[in-house]
Amino acid sequence: MAQVDTSQFKGGLKIILDGDPFEIVENEFVKPGKGQAFSRVKLRNLRTNRVVERTFKSGESVELADVHETTMQYLFYDGEFYHFMDPNNFEQVQASPGSVGESAKWLKGQDRCEVTLWEGSPLQIEAPSFVDLAVTQTDPGVRGDTSSGGSKPATLETGAVVRVPLFIEEGEVLRIDTRKGEYVTRANN
Amino acid sequence: MGLPADDWRPSAARLTLEKRGQLLADLREFMGERGVLEIDTPVIASGVIPERDLQNLSTVTGDYLVSSPEASLKRALAAGLNDVYSLGHVFRSDEAGRWHSPEFCILEWYRRGLDLEAIIGETSVLLSQILGKPVAAPRTFVDVFTKIVGLDPFSANTSSLAHAAHDLGVAPDASTDSNDRAMWIDCLMSLVVQPVLGAEQPVCVTHFPIGDGSLVAPAKDKRTALRFEIYYHGVELANGAEELTDPDLAKRRMRFHTLGTTVPSSAIDQKLLSAMQHGVPACAGVALGVDRLLALQLGHHKISSVMPFAWKRR
Repeated sequence: MAQVDTSQFKGGLKIILDGDPFEIVENEFVKPGKGQAFSRVKLRNLRTNRVVERTFKSGESVELADVHETTMQYLFYDGEFYHFMDPNNFEQVQASPGSVGESAKWLKGQDRCEVTLWEGSPLQIEAPSFVDLAVTQTDPGVRGDTSSGGSKPATLETGAVVRVPLFIEEGEVLRIDTRKGEYVTRANN
Repeated sequence: MGLPADDWRPSAARLTLEKRGQLLADLREFMGERGVLEIDTPVIASGVIPERDLQNLSTVTGDYLVSSPEASLKRALAAGLNDVYSLGHVFRSDEAGRWHSPEFCILEWYRRGLDLEAIIGETSVLLSQILGKPVAAPRTFVDVFTKIVGLDPFSANTSSLAHAAHDLGVAPDASTDSNDRAMWIDCLMSLVVQPVLGAEQPVCVTHFPIGDGSLVAPAKDKRTALRFEIYYHGVELANGAEELTDPDLAKRRMRFHTLGTTVPSSAIDQKLLSAMQHGVPACAGVALGVDRLLALQLGHHKISSVMPFAWKRR
């Protein structure tokens, strides 16, 4: 795998440290008035999302991480892993609940997701920004009830619970903004 | 055709460029008032002054872009000029960051007959005029380092320095050269000590380890050099010294600093050595980073926003 030295460090560069893939968040070049230069680097571990700070001597080389993003189709959850398929070559990958994270509650079969792959296995799954999901359970809205701010909880087909307007009924399909976890509108089809 | 990219624009705002012009005028006025003569030194030289961990840029003619105007100014002194300065651009390869640029603006001046204390005094007057804050009384490197790190940089053994760097979370990832004492001191100095220096007002640190500067006079204690640095908000602004006048010691040190670098010993500036053999007078000199000074004067957090055309817009 290709190497980069500290002079090529910049935000967004993905490298391998201690066997894990990291993304450079911030790189600061430091050097005393006379003497050795260093790079003080903030990095995000792409597996754990934890941010760490590390020092490199100027000129030191590290291995580039083979990390790239691709659009994949969500297939199903088998109770242990989430399965995705590359629509171009029909290759399948499985992702752990850890890498799917919060996206899990929005995933429905056939949805296209942004999958971050490291050496072919998924590191992170990003659900589509907007998904259309059916309401499986919600109480009938009580007219004139303003104590709840004109909204009520609704459980969606994926199990996610969102707040919806009082007029929404079971069986309706709603458009959801997954980044905010909010109801947007009724889906028109 | 689409819209043109806008990376042709200056990287500094118009008001900043006006302040920059004023700062350059103020620096020239300060020097002029003291009878220091401006020499517009060349940026291309046939030789270099090898310094520890400093990379020169070379030209297709086999020459070098100067990393400081030191050699030209000292040649002028040896030729009989009294006090001289240069205000212009210098070049250092591989140095790029918030406070570094491979090309930057430097004010460097030499005063005949001044000692370390006197040149610190003059530099402090200049900086306090520009920054509007007095420079704190000088403290020695050993005092400052010991107070902040908790170890004496001269007497602590190398493995204690390494441990301190590890404990403080600043040790380089591949610390294979764990017996490289100078590296550990640089690491602790630039990542632990320097960031906390000068939070309130500029501070002056003196008497750095003797191995640091090729052309700095040694102190009587034989372990420190008659060198100082001034820091403000964790940034090194000025670097000065009582100058070495001994050509043989200068030659030995410069040769030593070419070892393990790509600079051949034949690249050592022979004309500077000839000038020193002829006789560079006892003098003190200072190099001041003008981009950093302007950034700190205006409250910026990087030099690119005060440079007319920063490195990334070259």
